[in-house]
Amino acid sequence: MSLDTTYQGRNFRSVGTRPLRPDGVDKVTGRARYGADFNMPGQLVARILRSPHAHARIVRIDTSRAEALKGVKAVVTAADLPDLTEGDQGLFNTLENCMARTEVLYDGHAVAAVAAIDARVAKQALKLIEVEYEVLPHVTDVDMAARPDAPKANGTAPNIAKQTEFGHGDVDAGFARADVIVERSFLTEQTHQGYIEPHACVASCNSDGTAEMWVCTQGHFVYRQTCASLLGLDVSKLRVTSSEIGGGFGGKTHVWAEPVALALSRKAGRPVKLVMSREEVFRASGPTSATSIDVKIGATKDGRITAATAHLRYSNGPYADGWAEMGAMTSFACYDLENVKTVGSEILVNRPKVAAYRAPSAPMAAFAVESAVDELAQKLGIDPVEFRIQNAASEGTRSSYGPVYGPIGIGPTLEAAKAHDHMKAPLGPNQGRGMACGFWFNFGGQTCTDLNINADGTVTLAVGTVDVGGSRASLSLIAAEELGIDYKDVKAVVADTATLGYNDMTDGSRGTFSSSMATISAARNAIEVMRQRAALIWDIPVEDIDWEDGHAVARGENYGNLPPLSVADIAAEAGTTGGPIAGHSEIVADGAGVSFATHICDVEVDPETGSTRIKRYTVIQDAGKAVHPSYVEGQYQGGAAQGIGWALNEEYVYGEDGRLQNPGFLDYRIPVCSDLPMIDTQILEIPNPNHPYGVRGVGETSIVPPLAAIANAISNAVGVRMTHIPMSPPRILAALDREKAG
Amino acid sequence: MRYERPATIEDVTALLASGGEKSFVLAGGTDLLVRMKNDAFEADLIVDIKAIEGMSDVTRTADGFEIGAAVPCAALGENAELSRVWPGVVEAANLIGSTQIQGRCTISGNLCNASPAADSVPAMVAAGALARIAGPDGRRTVPVQDIPQGPGKTSLRKGEFIEAIVLPDPGPRSGDAYLRFIPRTEMDIAVVGVGVQLTLAEDGSIASARVALGAVGPKVIEATEAAETIIGTRLDQPALDALAAVCSEVSTPIADKRGTVDFRKQVVGVLAARAAKIAYQRAGED
Amino acid sequence: MASLPVSTTINSDDVEYLCHADESLLDVLRDRLGLMGAKEGCGTGDCGACSVIMDGRVVCSCLVLGAEAEGRNIETIEGMADGNTLHPLQQKFIEHAALQCGICTPGFLMAAKALLDTNPDPSEEEIRFWLAGNLCRCTGYDKIVRAVADAAIVMREERA
Repeated sequence: MSLDTTYQGRNFRSVGTRPLRPDGVDKVTGRARYGADFNMPGQLVARILRSPHAHARIVRIDTSRAEALKGVKAVVTAADLPDLTEGDQGLFNTLENCMARTEVLYDGHAVAAVAAIDARVAKQALKLIEVEYEVLPHVTDVDMAARPDAPKANGTAPNIAKQTEFGHGDVDAGFARADVIVERSFLTEQTHQGYIEPHACVASCNSDGTAEMWVCTQGHFVYRQTCASLLGLDVSKLRVTSSEIGGGFGGKTHVWAEPVALALSRKAGRPVKLVMSREEVFRASGPTSATSIDVKIGATKDGRITAATAHLRYSNGPYADGWAEMGAMTSFACYDLENVKTVGSEILVNRPKVAAYRAPSAPMAAFAVESAVDELAQKLGIDPVEFRIQNAASEGTRSSYGPVYGPIGIGPTLEAAKAHDHMKAPLGPNQGRGMACGFWFNFGGQTCTDLNINADGTVTLAVGTVDVGGSRASLSLIAAEELGIDYKDVKAVVADTATLGYNDMTDGSRGTFSSSMATISAARNAIEVMRQRAALIWDIPVEDIDWEDGHAVARGENYGNLPPLSVADIAAEAGTTGGPIAGHSEIVADGAGVSFATHICDVEVDPETGSTRIKRYTVIQDAGKAVHPSYVEGQYQGGAAQGIGWALNEEYVYGEDGRLQNPGFLDYRIPVCSDLPMIDTQILEIPNPNHPYGVRGVGETSIVPPLAAIANAISNAVGVRMTHIPMSPPRILAALDREKAG
Repeated sequence: MRYERPATIEDVTALLASGGEKSFVLAGGTDLLVRMKNDAFEADLIVDIKAIEGMSDVTRTADGFEIGAAVPCAALGENAELSRVWPGVVEAANLIGSTQIQGRCTISGNLCNASPAADSVPAMVAAGALARIAGPDGRRTVPVQDIPQGPGKTSLRKGEFIEAIVLPDPGPRSGDAYLRFIPRTEMDIAVVGVGVQLTLAEDGSIASARVALGAVGPKVIEATEAAETIIGTRLDQPALDALAAVCSEVSTPIADKRGTVDFRKQVVGVLAARAAKIAYQRAGED
Repeated sequence: MASLPVSTTINSDDVEYLCHADESLLDVLRDRLGLMGAKEGCGTGDCGACSVIMDGRVVCSCLVLGAEAEGRNIETIEGMADGNTLHPLQQKFIEHAALQCGICTPGFLMAAKALLDTNPDPSEEEIRFWLAGNLCRCTGYDKIVRAVADAAIVMREERA
């Protein structure tokens, strides 16, 4: 049965409630097993040797002394990971990023790895590997790298690796009509997802060509695909199980050390456990881009934007991906613009290969655009919320990146902000209020679920999207809703790659969106089977049977004496009516509804030290339909907190030598509990027309507005327009001093 | 690597005297174990001093307090008498790290780690604290500011370790305070730290003062010139301005991942004035 | 390297183990004793995911040597529930959705238990500063603070 995915209004009985999560007890008792919490018989411990240079040619690697050390069972270098990528540049980049080949391209780039009987021997072995480097010129700064005379970050490739353009209309004509124009340049420093669980896996290659991997990942099917390609394994022979995941936020969408663990296991003939240290996570996983963005926006006196442009330069690490492209797509997505043009430039630098970080690339673009929009409103003397409402995109607007919007939430979130108590609360001395909007696309993608009706009428739901924030609870609610049974009778599990069809990873806010769509489809298929079984039990035509509130109900006066059959009643007869009952679904979940948010923030700035404290914070976001509101709120709050950290303190600090100076939680300063107030949330529900329950992705948009909301609040508190993120105390104090000096 | 847990001070000094260069004293371990995480760090001998009787005690003496080298900072805050007499020192000690760190870290360790940014050290210097050192040749007592010699370097000789910090009674009409600047509200290393101790004359003017500055030089700076600017005053605005200006002037900070030179020089003055006000108020209530 | 014999008490049970002189208590708990509820998020005392209670004080087990546990009393997350009865903090963390990924949760629970064992009625500010050494990257702390405050109410009622 094909799934009708269009939104059908309904009165929900499970969806929208807040039951306890199914993995809760495991997680509060310490029993939940994460990446590093799994062991195998005969397991070895792996360690990776990393480059101390930002850019260097590898002249020679001698591993013989390490190999000779008692207790060392394997040493691998790039030679043990031959290039099987057959011209697939992206895959080759992944391979080279896992293990440097001829050059090291950033501080922390892997050059060799060992597997030994324990961590102490592995550590000794690393010290015995000799690597001779010829140091090459390096560049770590995004603007420096874009200069024509800059050292090349990777081979002979130009540092400005790729340019993309979006927009429509005639921006020159638009600016000519503007009464006021704001033009500014902005910088944002590189940040890291900062998940608390370092990357960890246990890899086991067998002599018969089969292999297994236990790993913390946002997408075990994708990891299987990549690792199989890099190692030359058949996809079917590599079984990947996703552990509980201790945070990812985009950083666990990409392999970093997993292929190395497999290569070590293959060479040693034993299982290998590889756990990154926190320092390795910072130096050698995938942080987000540093950016340099020029924005120009013009408007008429009455507050209508006539034209907008942005040029966005995003650092990519040593490999060209599409990070600036996504920045260019998202930058003006909140607005209805007649004339708009954005250009994204992907810049190569000698820093780690960039990975996704929650609404990747959007927060930096929103910082620049929403700061400029705010300044424009100030100059026009129009209330910033009102100005945004006047220019907000709505259903039918052609977005700045191309598509025409369906029903969307930007207008409603702005109206909700305008009406919110927070907007009317009094402010104290040195306090200021700011607001900003944010957008994220959301993604659907390939999805597969199995819904098995057990003999007692309970349901086991096997999904393939990793649960990063409570999706097993949400998907159990969805299954219960569609089947008409109780939440407690559904148990959702994340299946491994050998027991379920392919699933794209949990990214793009797709986990609940896409797996709920597949779950609804699987449930409907199961209902169809159960109706047929009821028809056999009752010996009546299936057409005469309805499914109501979890029961097969015989329709019509002829069957008045047939009591409805519950799922348990039908399941009990499965053995005599055709065998086990299940529903399956394999879909491409199209139609992920775009997502918008508006944030309001109060700050207090100490004018003598430049220190900023968040006094109050409100998130207003469209969820389409909040399946489990507690976990929707959790996404809103978590994204806002990450954005606050990004805005105020988080940054990668590189020295002149091109080495990362703060690879730890001491000096990479993510918000601590005492830094934050309660984060108020308001969930709006503007149904996604392309999902049966109206669900939209909710995970990412909340990180987009905070940078600009806080910058705007600081501007209102102490009168300085901050254009460099993070707005750390030294930067704010310097700006205040410049302001004082005139 | 060897781990030893001797029961007497003599055993500690004997072990340290016979150990090699890579011998370390373990009290709270909150710096040492972090260093041990680094692949480049190697230790041959670790001497845990927590089994020694009295080492984990705060003792009230006739003329002050003796704080054993293994007393965790959390215990200082729990000591009502010490907190009443030396609130600034206790606040400084309680600012080090998290609750978890507080349960282990010690002010002796904070001093011996010889970080210019150590929170408790400016407060101790301002308080006129002394370090009582035990060594193979007996005991000696020195002002705490004589211990750090630069980042990671101390004046302790081979075989020596600090057995206690001695805080003298400050006398009547005295108060102290410590303030630091960090980017977050907790968990950071001080970008700037200032300790101030004041004693008032009977007329309410400042009779004596000590000002100590942290994280603005290779080691703690006892800013006597800064202290002089407020002696004889009632801490009016000109005095505060002068204090701030001199503190900025005598600071010799570096720029690093935690702050710029300009920022540190500016904020050290701001914090000195604020800390002086708190100390002045406390002295007035004393 | 010779191993050191250690006798200690973990979750009220007498436990003996051998460990290396430079081995952390966290490594002992996880690798030698199978108590993997404590997590290593940083190994340098900056994240609190490895928090355990030692003689009544919450500490980072990554910054304690295994050898130092001799004669001490250690509480870990595995000992927090009474059989199948969850501790009020555990129950409230689930009820308040105070965890998402859950990797920081054992550490938060140990730290919060140490707080409520000594301060049965903490203010929001006291909760926030006490827990500042426990990093959470998922929740923004809002629901965690609420869960701790709510658990405090339950525990006060239980005591009354």
